[in-house]
Amino acid sequence: MTRLHVQIAAGAAVLCLAAAPFVLGPFSITLMNYIGIYSLVAIGLALLTGVGGIVSFGQAAFVGVAAYATAWVSALNGHSPWLGLLFGVALTCGVATILGLVTLRLQGHFLSLSTMAWGLAIGFLFGNVEGLGRFNGISSIPPISFGSFALVSSAQIYFLIWGIVTAILLLGYNLLDSRLGRAMRALRGGNMLVESLGINAFRIKLVTFVIAAFLASLSGWLYAHMSRFISPGPFDAGMGIEYLMMSMVGGAGSLLGGVVGAAIVTLLKNSVQDYLPLIAKGASGQLEIVAFSALFILFLQWARQGIVPFIARYLPKLQHERPQPASPLPRRSQPKPGELLLKVDGAERRFGGLVAVNNVSFEVRSGEILAVIGPNGAGKSTMFNCLTGALRVNKGEIVFAGRPITRDEQSRIAKAGIARTFQHVKLRPRMSLLENVMLGTYGRTSAGLFAGAFRLNRREEASARHEALMQLERVGLGEKPFELAGNLPLGNQRILEIARALAADPTLLVLDEPAAGLRRQEKLRLAELLRSLRADHLTILIVEHDMEFVMSLVDRIVVLDFGSKLCEGAPAAIRSDARVQEAYLGGVA
Amino acid sequence: MTSDIAAILAIDGIATGAVYALVAIGTVLIFTVTRVIFVPFGDIAAFTALTLAALDAKRFPGTGALVVVLACLATLIEIVSLTRSGELRLAPRALLFYLVLPLAVVGSAWLAMRLDPPLAIRLVLALMLITPISPLLDRIVFRPIADGTVLLLLTVSVALHFALVGLGLLFFGPEGVRTEPLTSLSMELAGVLISGQTMLIVIAALVFSGLLYLFFDFSLVGKSLRATAVNRTGSRLMGIRPARAGTIAYLLGSLMAGVSGILIAPVNTVFYDSGFLIGLKAFVGAIIGSMTSYPGAAIGAVGVGILESFASFESSALKDVIVFSLLIPVLIWRSLASLHSEEEIEE
Amino acid sequence: MSSMFSLSDVTVCYDNVEAVRNVSLSVEEGQIVTVIGPNGAGKTTLLMAAIGLLSSRGRMVFQGSDIGRMSVEDRVERRLCLVPEKRELFSDMSVADNLLLGSYSLRDRTSVQKTLDEVYDRFPRLKERQRQAAGTLSGGERQMLALGRALMARPKLLMLDEPSLGLAPLIVREIFRTIASLRDLGVSILLVEQNARAALETADYGYVLETGEIVQSGPAKDLIHDPRLITAYLGGH
Repeated sequence: MTRLHVQIAAGAAVLCLAAAPFVLGPFSITLMNYIGIYSLVAIGLALLTGVGGIVSFGQAAFVGVAAYATAWVSALNGHSPWLGLLFGVALTCGVATILGLVTLRLQGHFLSLSTMAWGLAIGFLFGNVEGLGRFNGISSIPPISFGSFALVSSAQIYFLIWGIVTAILLLGYNLLDSRLGRAMRALRGGNMLVESLGINAFRIKLVTFVIAAFLASLSGWLYAHMSRFISPGPFDAGMGIEYLMMSMVGGAGSLLGGVVGAAIVTLLKNSVQDYLPLIAKGASGQLEIVAFSALFILFLQWARQGIVPFIARYLPKLQHERPQPASPLPRRSQPKPGELLLKVDGAERRFGGLVAVNNVSFEVRSGEILAVIGPNGAGKSTMFNCLTGALRVNKGEIVFAGRPITRDEQSRIAKAGIARTFQHVKLRPRMSLLENVMLGTYGRTSAGLFAGAFRLNRREEASARHEALMQLERVGLGEKPFELAGNLPLGNQRILEIARALAADPTLLVLDEPAAGLRRQEKLRLAELLRSLRADHLTILIVEHDMEFVMSLVDRIVVLDFGSKLCEGAPAAIRSDARVQEAYLGGVA
Repeated sequence: MTSDIAAILAIDGIATGAVYALVAIGTVLIFTVTRVIFVPFGDIAAFTALTLAALDAKRFPGTGALVVVLACLATLIEIVSLTRSGELRLAPRALLFYLVLPLAVVGSAWLAMRLDPPLAIRLVLALMLITPISPLLDRIVFRPIADGTVLLLLTVSVALHFALVGLGLLFFGPEGVRTEPLTSLSMELAGVLISGQTMLIVIAALVFSGLLYLFFDFSLVGKSLRATAVNRTGSRLMGIRPARAGTIAYLLGSLMAGVSGILIAPVNTVFYDSGFLIGLKAFVGAIIGSMTSYPGAAIGAVGVGILESFASFESSALKDVIVFSLLIPVLIWRSLASLHSEEEIEE
Repeated sequence: MSSMFSLSDVTVCYDNVEAVRNVSLSVEEGQIVTVIGPNGAGKTTLLMAAIGLLSSRGRMVFQGSDIGRMSVEDRVERRLCLVPEKRELFSDMSVADNLLLGSYSLRDRTSVQKTLDEVYDRFPRLKERQRQAAGTLSGGERQMLALGRALMARPKLLMLDEPSLGLAPLIVREIFRTIASLRDLGVSILLVEQNARAALETADYGYVLETGEIVQSGPAKDLIHDPRLITAYLGGH
């Protein structure tokens, strides 16, 4: 299945949508309108929850803010609904920005609880603030009009609604495919990875959050001018979880899933309302919500992935075109061989009473491969994390390329030219090899939200893609760049991480136990790769405990034991050093 | 505001807060042992009030039917699960625990009602009827996904709450209830009149918290629950089964929610959907206690009660908004104080 | 003597990798058997599979019964106990409570006090600190507590995961002396260690694990002098 096929299918879908009002009856059209309006919120949630990993229970509140805003402007103050749109969007995005700034630093379930909190608080305001009609709501909301043409009937507003949904889907898929989109997709699974690539995780989360709120505000505006009457009811906690349900049923993380989920939930609600009275006479009203919640619970227990990903597995794979050569991305100036690149001076790091790193000093010169080794518990990982900014030293200095980086953040150190890999491989298993490596180019590219959504970034994207392919070929993984990263065996995943690090054009490559868990063959391949990188004048620092791997590969070794530096020197000397043998094999009991 | 009014508001707030405290403590208990933020807890409290009101009116409450339905469902699910794992020899035990026991409870309550028992017995019956619900819900809803992330469990919990509200309407009807005060005594303290009901609430909260403390500190079962909460792997290595610990936690928690329902029933009118607000406010208290500290949760809940009391004096409509909005700074404060691990979000 | 515990062709997959591959070993009654090897060899994974925290392929027999499909708690009830690498103590709870919880699986509650007294005899420092929270103990004391807690379950086979981890050499000596003395209790021991010398001086029989596979085995006193051991740890194939 090629890109052309996808475009044809999409085109056919759009045609069907456009034909619907002429084929379906008015009730079905109204239903479609609701599906369209709900889709917008669900698409926003797909981005927020599925992509960004932020489970939000409060989107209904944003829908309400925009709906009430436009109702206030148009019904209560007699202005045009278009002004209501402007005001609604501005107000909702403003509120979202403030809420985001305040709450997005929270993690995991704390963040979700906070979405419940403001969702409820805002929802309560609707029914309790003077001038907004209290529980009677606001009625006589004027319809949207283009000049003198008013969108009064459901068929008329249908085109506006679905036109907006289609445009949003298009922009959304463009965005996900762009630099910002990749950064958003990299958010799940923790902040360590994104920070180490120079990405400001908080800012990306905030942007995603506001985008979701923006989509909710569009939905609210359309809703108000479609049903011409609003009350606090549709913006409460129950609706909030219904939106979440739509997004999850369709497939969290899938924009199209948002539409599919909205359709399924809306149609289901409809049929439950029709059929339940047949099963349980008289009790239908109450049972409806029970049946619905029970279905959602079953869904969460058994089919969490959602419909669209499920179907996608049975569809033929999308064929990608191999990236063409493009103009290269700007490169950093590399230091001269033999120059002092990294200096660690008297580094000390404590954890309570435990001294994990005790007065450790060593140097790394440009063009060499240095290994820091030691038995388990020697303090290697702690030292490593201090070098990359994941931890701060309590005492001592770290100087890189002449500049002190002792107090720097991870993202700053990444931008300065240190690229790292992780002991527990941090890849995005559902992104392709190419996309994973492209993440490494984040610091060398600059396209933002609008450039991404409107595809103004073609040239930069082509360069980034070309760079990523080059690095993949350099490490030997260039054959199938569109393979999913999760399908690779561990050895190749480690190599992929190195490719990603190389894509950042680093001066110093820092590898965290790259040989851990690898089979013999995989270790040989890795060693070969590192040797070829050194031949390319790259400087490499490896933290390892696997002696065999390190011995034949590196120029110099620094040995740590119980947090202190034991000795340093050439591999042969280290291997025959009695102190080192004792450290590894254990003292006499 | 005069100091007299302030005193009355404060006492009112402490009483309401004491009720929230019981629910908050139960929430912390369930969260630490099972990692489930049990949102429907408030509904359990409300249901207890509704059950007691039905018993007072000499009607057999819908709770009985609810327990029977849940018992049958849980038994079915357990039998299927045992069949799939090839452990059918455990079926008799499962039947006893998930079917016979709950049915026996409902049955004996029904029989007892025929004898027109006094108030004290009715209280016990109300608690008896309500207690099986949470463990049964745990078996049906949470056990299949026990290893899921806290977020998944939370989402399911919220969905469950809505289901319970619907079931509440079905089994209890839309009318609100208010039971008889448990005592008509009153007393004067520092020039302020305190009703016996208020004192009873505070005393009951203290007594139950005390009992829980004794349970945790002096019994092996209590310690095993604490162990499960503190270190799941470690406790499994001791032979402590997480599922059993979870069930006990839910039973105890239910009891506390039930007691708070009984205490609140004479004071406020309780509807089938009142549980939401009760649960939520108790929840703010639990968050103040970081979801892990019992004294913190209790103090936090009492604080919420007092805040609500004063806020409702200023503006009855906005008091709920104030309480919910309070949740955000509390969450921020609490998450700054706690350490979070990297990989919370599933890939 | 029949084998009390045996693994036959056990393979454990962990994190997408075959961390342990076709491992076979056995422990006779009353024996101390050690599995040594460098970091990352799969030693911890092996023990996690033996206790049931990780699933595995292959056969596991304990005291004549196939335990392969049993839950962790069931294995513990049969007196197969593990002191894990991370100790997994209940840090907020007191030393006494930790020990008491160790006896949770015992049906016969009357012997609990007697067992507790025995543990306190063996580890007098724990008796001194019985009211202290486990999290406040020193590294060596924590190891002793972990050992004592496992002993409270009156195990038939005790599995120890790197008892020397993070401990100063002097404490390591003490711990290994204690392990050797457990023979008098009639407890069989499967000891997994990075510190090859200390382990081989204490054990009767040893296996060397490298990258998930057994590469050497034999009586401990023979292995300890084998030059191939240095190669296994420090490379140079």
